[in-house]
Amino acid sequence: MQRYILVRLTQGVITLLVLSMAVFVSSHLTGDPALYLLGAEGTQEDYEQLKKNIGLDKPLPVQYLVFLGNVVRGDFGTSPITGQSARDTLMERLPATLELAGAAFLLTLIVGIPLGVLSAVKRDTIFDHIGKFFAVLGIAAPSFWVAIMLILLFGAILGWLPTFGRGGIDHYILPAFVLSWGGMAGIVRLVRSSMLDVLDTEYVKFARVKGLPERMVIYKHALKNAVIPALTFSGLTLAGLLNGSVAIEVVFAWPGIGRLLLQGINQRDFPIIQATVLAAGLFYVVVSLVVDILYAYVNPRIRYE
Amino acid sequence: MADTPVLDVQDLKTHFFTRTGVVKAVDGVSFTLMPGETLGIVGESGSGKSMTALSLMGLVPQPAGRIVGGKILFQGEDLVQKTQSEMQAIRGREICMILQDPMTSLNPVFTVGNQVVETVRQVKEASRFSLKDRAIELLQKVKIASPEDRMSNYPHQMSGGMRQRVVGSIAIAGSPKVLIADEATTSLDATIQYQYLALLKELQADTGMSIIFITHDFGIVAKMCDRVAVMYAGRMAEIADVRDLFNHPAHPYTEALMRSVPNVDEEVEYLYSIEGQPPALDNLPPGCTFAPRCPYVFDRCNEAFPDLIQVGDGHSATCWKLAGK
Ligand SMILES: Nc1ncnc2c1ncn2[C@@H]1O[C@H](COP(=O)(O)OP(=O)(O)OP(=O)(O)O)[C@@H](O)[C@H]1O
Ligand code: SF4
Ligand SMILES: [Mg+2]
Repeated sequence: MQRYILVRLTQGVITLLVLSMAVFVSSHLTGDPALYLLGAEGTQEDYEQLKKNIGLDKPLPVQYLVFLGNVVRGDFGTSPITGQSARDTLMERLPATLELAGAAFLLTLIVGIPLGVLSAVKRDTIFDHIGKFFAVLGIAAPSFWVAIMLILLFGAILGWLPTFGRGGIDHYILPAFVLSWGGMAGIVRLVRSSMLDVLDTEYVKFARVKGLPERMVIYKHALKNAVIPALTFSGLTLAGLLNGSVAIEVVFAWPGIGRLLLQGINQRDFPIIQATVLAAGLFYVVVSLVVDILYAYVNPRIRYE
Repeated sequence: MADTPVLDVQDLKTHFFTRTGVVKAVDGVSFTLMPGETLGIVGESGSGKSMTALSLMGLVPQPAGRIVGGKILFQGEDLVQKTQSEMQAIRGREICMILQDPMTSLNPVFTVGNQVVETVRQVKEASRFSLKDRAIELLQKVKIASPEDRMSNYPHQMSGGMRQRVVGSIAIAGSPKVLIADEATTSLDATIQYQYLALLKELQADTGMSIIFITHDFGIVAKMCDRVAVMYAGRMAEIADVRDLFNHPAHPYTEALMRSVPNVDEEVEYLYSIEGQPPALDNLPPGCTFAPRCPYVFDRCNEAFPDLIQVGDGHSATCWKLAGK
């Protein structure tokens, strides 16, 4: 088990290193940062001076190491646009995104797992048809379209729910639902199919043979096995929620890092871009690690390897 | 042996309704089982042995399978008429079964202790505190060494033979009156298998339960069983006391099976080599189902399926050849 965690941890660190390199290189590929920072009026001397000041005269590998050292200490530099530290800006925006992602993730699990189970257990009944319809819709209907429809229905027509900005709990409902949309459909399908597989196994049959009530057969013996594949998927979903966040945050005017990233890209604000991308990467790695550990926890064959 | 059977199966029919037609997996099976008796059920693969057993448990695979006829009288009550929840109360306590694949019968994500304890809780009115003791006692009964330590093991940490014995301990947890043991086809080591069956017989001597052994192996039948039922294509071919069956097989199919076993006292692996194939269960011939492979076939055989004809005390077979005698 320790070995298993260690391996996953190392993989996570490597992932982050690769990501940091990609971020670093991309800021150099898209044009000369010094030239960009200098603006239109700078002279040749100003240019050389600036390069020296921010270390651009050194060889690339050295520059990367300096960059990496700063990043590890949490220093992403100062945004040339706002003059604020990129880290402070990131930290200001991060809670909004994490809360939204968390709410969406909860919704995914709370709705997705029971619907998948019901769909499998009541195979070919109305529950199953609802589940299947939902799963297909979730994959076929893009979430921005769903977002607009929901905004129209609940915001504009019914006026029941706020459709933009962050605030009370009601502000979370629409964006969280839309954000969870695709993942929820995936979980329903996955839980349904793995549940159907598990219901066919000898150990489920034997649980019935030995006289356990159906409720225990399903919710103890079958479910724990059926959620194992769903667990990996839900980890990916959670990590993917950050990606989804960009579009959703824009549509719902949600003040999170998704919108911050988009802003950064539009303004070629490299410190901001680097800070958000690396924060997202870190989130991804941590979530994957937690999922792997959980996976091992529910799956004794791995735990005891 | 008491006079009233613990189990009296009459003309049991279990069919599968599939897209391509009706598969008559069990089609008119009858037998009785006395208290403390051991009945062997033998027959080729696909002859309906497991489906007969699952029918007794009320666990015919849904939604395709259904018991479409007959009676299963358990202590005088017809199990076919019982609801699922009534059957649930009977499973484990009155009738229990060891499935054909004991290797995968334990849930991989729960400890062995957990799975034994939950069964004890379900089938015995034991107080909370004695649950664990009862579970350990059960593991002792099936001769698992240091059962206290084994309680916290997961199935994959145990050998195949040990897993099989855990399954056995769970099956007897509720002291059932009838235990059905569906023999593993992908058999474990033959000696381990034999020890296991001997263990079941030992437990039987303790508790006086009746056992139904489902097997391919005539060696096992000879050693373990009091009576034998031979199944062919979902129907009974012959039923008799072990001695009678071995000494005077009445049905041509039984006879052919016997011939394919060199010596009953030797332990034999699976072995039948009778020419031809059993018929497709969704397209049975109108007459005797064995007719296409039978060396004695005559006119009458293709007209109707033979009646069960008595040829001796507790010995009968479904073959027209016997009708004239
Ligand atoms: N779900 C199903 N749908 C249709 N037919 C089925 C289904 N399950 C079993 N059958 C049919 O029922 C017949 C009897 O199967 P059963 O498992 O009882 O055989 P068996 O005698 O136990 O064989 P084996 O010795 O290989 O275990 C088989 O021929 C099979 O075709
Ligand atoms: S009834 Fe006819 S075909 Fe069937 S077993 Fe007897 S002799 Fe053979
Ligand atoms: Mg079978």
